[in-house]
Amino acid sequence: MGIYLPIAEMSVNALVLLAMGAAVGFLSGMFGVGGGFLITPLLIFYNIPPAIAVATGANQVIASSFSGALAHFKRGSLDFKLGFVLLAGGIVGSSIGAYVFAILRAVGQLDLFISLLYVALLGTVGGLMLIESVNALRATRGGATVTMKKPGQHNWIHRLPLKMRFRASKLFVSVIPVIGIGAAIGFLASIMGVGGGFIMVPALIYMLKVPTNVVVGTSLFHIVVTAAYTTIVHATTNQTVDVILAILLMIGGVAGAQYGAKAGQRLRGEQLRALLALLVLAVALRLAFDLFVRPNDVYSLTNL
Amino acid sequence: MRRLFLSSLGACLLALVPQASSQTGVTENVQIGLSTDKVVLTAGFSGTDLTIFGALENIDPLLARQGRYDVIVVLEGPAKPVVVRRKERVLGMWINTKSETFVNVPISYSMATTRMPQDITDPKSYRQLSLGVGAIHMEPLNPRQSPVTLQEFTRALRDRKRATNLYSTNFGGVEFLSQTLFRATLKLAPNVPVGTHKARAFLFRNGAFVKENSAQLAILKSGFEQWIYRSAQVHGFYYGLAAVAVAMVIGWLGRIIFRRD
Repeated sequence: MGIYLPIAEMSVNALVLLAMGAAVGFLSGMFGVGGGFLITPLLIFYNIPPAIAVATGANQVIASSFSGALAHFKRGSLDFKLGFVLLAGGIVGSSIGAYVFAILRAVGQLDLFISLLYVALLGTVGGLMLIESVNALRATRGGATVTMKKPGQHNWIHRLPLKMRFRASKLFVSVIPVIGIGAAIGFLASIMGVGGGFIMVPALIYMLKVPTNVVVGTSLFHIVVTAAYTTIVHATTNQTVDVILAILLMIGGVAGAQYGAKAGQRLRGEQLRALLALLVLAVALRLAFDLFVRPNDVYSLTNL
Repeated sequence: MRRLFLSSLGACLLALVPQASSQTGVTENVQIGLSTDKVVLTAGFSGTDLTIFGALENIDPLLARQGRYDVIVVLEGPAKPVVVRRKERVLGMWINTKSETFVNVPISYSMATTRMPQDITDPKSYRQLSLGVGAIHMEPLNPRQSPVTLQEFTRALRDRKRATNLYSTNFGGVEFLSQTLFRATLKLAPNVPVGTHKARAFLFRNGAFVKENSAQLAILKSGFEQWIYRSAQVHGFYYGLAAVAVAMVIGWLGRIIFRRD
């Protein structure tokens, strides 16, 4: 079933895109991630121009994160004050990202930069997760109980000035790292088209010692707002958001997520993390492969 | 495959036929007719064939019987500047290094011929007419660039256009229905650009170029697609807001429909 994408200006198979959305939605429901880091590379593999894949990916992330954020808002497991300070950084980071995006696009290095960022980030995060989950799996097999690293130990981050109190998170911490994390995630959101949850959640837990009960809700809140901002910035400056493409992915994604969540309940935490790590590494390897292997055609065209 | 029949000015063409006696001193002419001046791409568009009808005037019936007349029909897309980039191995990675910009490159170029191009006329004529996928003149932005580099990038430009089906040739795509009437079948790729296209017909006699004629054709997106495209281009900010709203509604609906908690 062919469908014409008005912004990408190409004809694609709607069923393939629905299936792609459903598959990513399934995985994101299963692992509790937004799925932006899978959608954007998949769209690039499907020959959607990277600039459009990234901006549309940001748009798609909103749908999956918004329903999650709503659930956390109802449960009250969301620290608004922390969320808004993160956002202050997120908006700045996202604006810088969109600016860098436009420059890279003009000089023809955007595709390379996107691929490099994906390979570096997914490679690192996937590798670390795999090591951690394999260790955890070994430990449980050996009979030991798994304990998370004990939070609460103060590190250099907690000696920074400009401290602020976040009641819901029971934190008294400098706003510098909070804004810094927000900015970094915002930057990645606008260049990679990801929500950034897979970086944000560990960063909040391990660097800021945010309690796990509010971390997911707060991160989802930040993701929804930065992804929305990123979508608007890309739509305004680069005209690269394809709504038809986004809608197809979102419909598939929302449906797939429900089944993924059910499937995820049957697996243990460590197993889930190990599988997610393998998946992340596979995407990184596939992108790295394209970078290092001689392309079919060394020439490419860009319309001005 | 769905066919778009653009044309057949049947009555007109037939009226032209009787005049086609071999009057000496009157040169042959070629006419093409488009019954519509626009083609609309809908959501389901996945490429199509475009048929253009045409007629020869003032031909020599003897030469026509011997098949000495050849016609080439071309549909040229709107011209735009294009950057051709070349990847090279840097630190093991394939990175865009060199680039060359060409101005006024037709985004698409679809050609149909009566016979194999080398049987119609010689390469020199193709170059002079800037006719054919391999012969269209590509004008570099920087003409002082070394000829070797220009040649390399020009060839790459043509190859890439061919690989994406934007440039194509339909050998034998022009068929004579009678001595004077012909039908040209051109391929419109799924990624055919919107804008004003130019249909051109070239007439050759005994391998020599005689006459050219052209007509304009607008390729548009259908109402809905065009509306989305225009909104994105003109009202980027509001378009972005709408995209965000749609995403939120779908996310919210998903929660209501499937109710996880």
